[in-house]
Parts: sequence; structure tokens; C-alpha cells
Amino acid sequence: MAVKVIKPGLSTTVQDLGRPGYYNIGIPLSGGMDRLALKAANLLVGNKEGAAVLEAVFMGPELQFTEDATVAVTGAELPPRVNGEARETWTSFKVKKGQTLSFDFLKKGARAYIAISGGIDVPVVLGSRSTYTLGALGGFKGRKLEAGDKLPVGKGRAAREGRTIPEKLRRGIGTPAELRMLPGLYWHRITAEAGRHFFADTWKVAPEADRIGYRFRGGKPLEFVPREQPFGAGSDPSNIVDACYPYGSIQVPGGTEPIVLHRDAVSGGGYFMVGTVIASDMDLIGQLQPHTPARFVEVTMAQALKARKDQAKLYDKIKSSL
Amino acid sequence: MKTRYSYGGDEHIFVECDEEMSLEAFFKSLSMATAIKKAKIKGVTEICPANASMQVKFDPDVIKPADMLKEIKAIEKAAAKAKPVIKSRIIEIPVYYNDPWTHETLMRFRERHQDPTSTDIEYTARINNLDGVDGFIKAHSGAPWFVSMVGFVAGLPFLYQMVDRKRQIQSPKYLRPRTDTPKLTVGHGGCFGAIYSVRGAGGYQMFGITPVPIYDPSQKIKHLRDFMCLFRPGDIVKWKPIGREEYDATVAAVDKGKFNLKMKDVTFDLNEFKKDMDGYNAKLMGALNGR
Repeated sequence: MAVKVIKPGLSTTVQDLGRPGYYNIGIPLSGGMDRLALKAANLLVGNKEGAAVLEAVFMGPELQFTEDATVAVTGAELPPRVNGEARETWTSFKVKKGQTLSFDFLKKGARAYIAISGGIDVPVVLGSRSTYTLGALGGFKGRKLEAGDKLPVGKGRAAREGRTIPEKLRRGIGTPAELRMLPGLYWHRITAEAGRHFFADTWKVAPEADRIGYRFRGGKPLEFVPREQPFGAGSDPSNIVDACYPYGSIQVPGGTEPIVLHRDAVSGGGYFMVGTVIASDMDLIGQLQPHTPARFVEVTMAQALKARKDQAKLYDKIKSSL
Repeated sequence: MKTRYSYGGDEHIFVECDEEMSLEAFFKSLSMATAIKKAKIKGVTEICPANASMQVKFDPDVIKPADMLKEIKAIEKAAAKAKPVIKSRIIEIPVYYNDPWTHETLMRFRERHQDPTSTDIEYTARINNLDGVDGFIKAHSGAPWFVSMVGFVAGLPFLYQMVDRKRQIQSPKYLRPRTDTPKLTVGHGGCFGAIYSVRGAGGYQMFGITPVPIYDPSQKIKHLRDFMCLFRPGDIVKWKPIGREEYDATVAAVDKGKFNLKMKDVTFDLNEFKKDMDGYNAKLMGALNGR
């Protein structure tokens, strides 16, 4: 079976749970930015949790189906329509052969996950079907979808329609969005006062926010502890000898605008980092629209691990609700 | 050298082998990465050596962060005893310095540069007291460079010039990063050289371009059939200055599948290298040329 792309949307890519093991040569994990929503969409249509789905940013695509299938849309509130008729998000529905799946305007969040029973069946590259557009790797021809593309869909038992995930199990975004982070890495490069206002200030998501990283703007610039720059680091006080960048690490070039690296992260570089957003809050970042107010909240390792447990529990509840 | 450990959130441990760059710090990072790989610790998903630091990504549901840290610290002690000797490859990379494509790009972003009135090579030559463009090319291509990290984007090598620190070329990054860099640009920032494996944003000075692909996700290019990225940490690069004619001929040969990458297996011994850098480099280049 196949799905024909009538309109591609703004930036729609094939994603699964990613491609671990190649970060040491600069090939990032990739995969859905909101992993919980991706897994939920798959479970709704009867796929394995890590099947390949479509990740649509801000705007949905228009897709025509060549066979019957079960579909679910999770993550951002991007209301689906089948041949013009409204369908619920977070709920499985049927799309029949010849019918068209389209979307209304985005109401909430940033990234919708469109799972199709059988999963998107693009070739597996280095263990994953995820698209890494910067490296033209994986997904559908290594790029975002274009009009006229024919997406292969795998064979699989389609779940019935009307399966739904209760609203209380769909994770919301607070205002301002709170991003829990563990200070560390090169935190010692900034003054105690800069550290205080980094957490106290309210930042805003900048328009430069994509799968590589999310930039934030609006807080006070960070002051550096004076030092003679080490050999090889470069002359700016925010420079370090080019090092690895953890996923979720927060670099602040020039001390002005924090950038949180996400699933398509650049694997390393020469900017100091103040710490790392905990893994449990990475999904949340993927749902932030530009101009959303956000704060960084300091947590300990114990709190980060507790957050992991809470998120695992939430996923267990989603599974048992189906 | 003072090793510093930090958690990178709940899934990474970051190890800074030294604040400043040196081949000693690189060897420590590489030997720790190799030892961690050998130890096959359950829960480890990524091991990334870098210039003077390294990073491990792990699943804290499989191994507690504190236990992971303990394991790595124990390995550091053992790795410190490892001899700084590695199996390496010396690879010849032709460079068309002062080429029209990086020139067009650097002119487009001139207002973001420290010196809008000269080119990146002219500027870097001047601040390094080299005799103009020709003096720069001679210094840049005279000695080999060590791949001390692969990353930023897929397959991009960071290169460390194998000469005395006082002879190493240094140059700042652009004041504001460019939004465009031609694919296969040979660039430089701080003390590091680089080859941009894909087209995209960048802040390094641009000196030239190579006709030799270093990343091919389709794995069709002859020397990238086995794996899509050419470089790995520990490789040694020798630049070969070429002109337009050889550049065009090489591009055509690559397209036709007739280009043969010049590459030889060598052993690199840091202690021997430090005793006589120029002599050691001459031997490496001799190996490349079959002498």
C-alpha cells in the first residue's frame, strides 16, 4: 500500500524512535521530537511503539490513501479531516481507499504525529527509518516530504477505530513552559549572579527553533568569570575547546541566547554549556511554538530520575488505557 | 592535565580530559573511549571521543548515573597507563585554495568578518605572520594534520596541525556565523582545521575546497562504499595544493567512479612524534608516497 502526498505541509518528515550509535561521527539520534506522542499514535493504530510515523510541524499535510488503513494523530492539536469530515485527535479512525486525510489549522502545540497502521515503510538506514535532513539520510529520500511523493506503508493488522487516549493522559504545556535542567558541564564559567538570573528570567522561544535545536531569547546576558582562554578554545569567553554536546545541553554563544540541542543535534562544537535539560522534558520542547514563554528550572539528579519514573508510569497508563 | 567529570542531564557523562587542546589530551580521550567500548558496560548507547574531552550516553533505567560514573572513573585510571600509540591511516586530501566558490561565499558574508577588506586567507596569513597567500598555503599544507574529533555534522573532521604550538595556525571564528558554507570547504577556527561534509551554516574561516567527497549517505562513491563517513578519530590528513584543472579532473573522476583515494595504514606513536616532529612527519609522508 502507499500514501500519496498531495500537499506536504510545512516540514513533514518520517520519524521513528531514532538511530543510536553514530553520534561519535556526527550522525545524531533523530526520531520524533515528542517521543511519547509518537509511541501513543502507534499504539492507537495497532503498530509497535517504534514504527515510523509522520512528524508534521505547525501545519498538516494532505494525504491520499490507496488502501484502507487506521490512522491516529497525537501530539499537537492539529485536527484531522477525512474527505473534509472532522475527526478527533488522540483517537484512531479509518481512512478508506481513495479518501483524503487533511488537517485544520494548528490549535495547540507544535508537532503532530500521524501514525498509519502498518507503519511508514521507507528503507532502514543505520538501524532506523528516521529522517536526518541535514545529512540527507534516512526517511523518504533523506528529506522532508514534497507534493507527489508516494510513501510506502507496511503491512500490519489495523486496530479498530474509536480507540482513544483519555485527556488526562495527554501531557499539557504550562505557562510559562518549565524546562527542568541539571546545571553542570561548563556552569562554572558564569558568575553566581548570572546563574541566579538565568533561572529567574522568563525566556521566549525564538523563531530559530527546529529539530537541531531550540533558541531562547529575552533573558539578561550571562556574565562570565574572567579567565585567560585555554589554548585552542578561541578568544570569546563563551568559547571552549570544541567538545561533545549532550542531547538537551544548553549552550549560550556569547552569553546571550541559550540554545537547547534536540534530536538532530550537532554532535559537538566550541560553545560552553550551562547544563542539560532532563530527558523527560525533551518531548515538551518539541511542542513549543515560537514566542512561547519558558523558564529553566534547576533540579537535582534525584529529581531527574524521579521525573523519568513519572514519565514511564504515564506511558504505562496510556498502554493500559487501550 | 586535570580530568573533570560532569553529568550531562540524566543520560550523559561528560569528561573533560583537559581545558586546553593538546595531543596528550586527545590521546587520553581516545584511550578512555576505547577502554569504555571494550568494557561493554550494559546500558551504554553512545561513546564519543572529542578533541580534549569525551562523552558517554547511557540509559539510567539500566545503570544508575552514579554507578556509570564509578565505572568510567575506574577506567580512567587504567587508560592513563595505555601507551599513546595507535593504528592510524594517512590520507591525502587535495585542496584547491582560494577557489571561486568559497570566495563567492566569503564575499557574501563579508560584514560578518573581522576584516571586511581582505579575504579569509589574507586575514589569517596576516595575523599568523605568514607571507601572504603563498606563504599561507605553504604553512597550511607543509605538515600533516591529525583528526582529533569527528562530528558537529555527519563525518566532519576536526584537524589539529602536527607542528609546534608556536607554529600552529590560529584564527578566530567569524564575528557572526554564516548561514551558508559550500560543501567540502576547508575551513579553520581557533587552532582547528575542518572539512565541511555538508552544505550549511558555519563560522570557520574558509580557505579552499576539496574535490574529494568525505560523506555519502547513498554509499555510491568508491571510497565510501564500506561506510558513509570517511574519517575516524586518529586519522592523519596531508593536504595537497591543486589548481583549477586538477580540481575539475578530480571531480570528473569521482563522478565516473574512477577516483582512487590515496591512503596508507600507519602506526602513530605520540612519544616518538614529540621527539622530532618534522622528522616524524617526513616519515609519515614518505609512507603515503610509498617510500
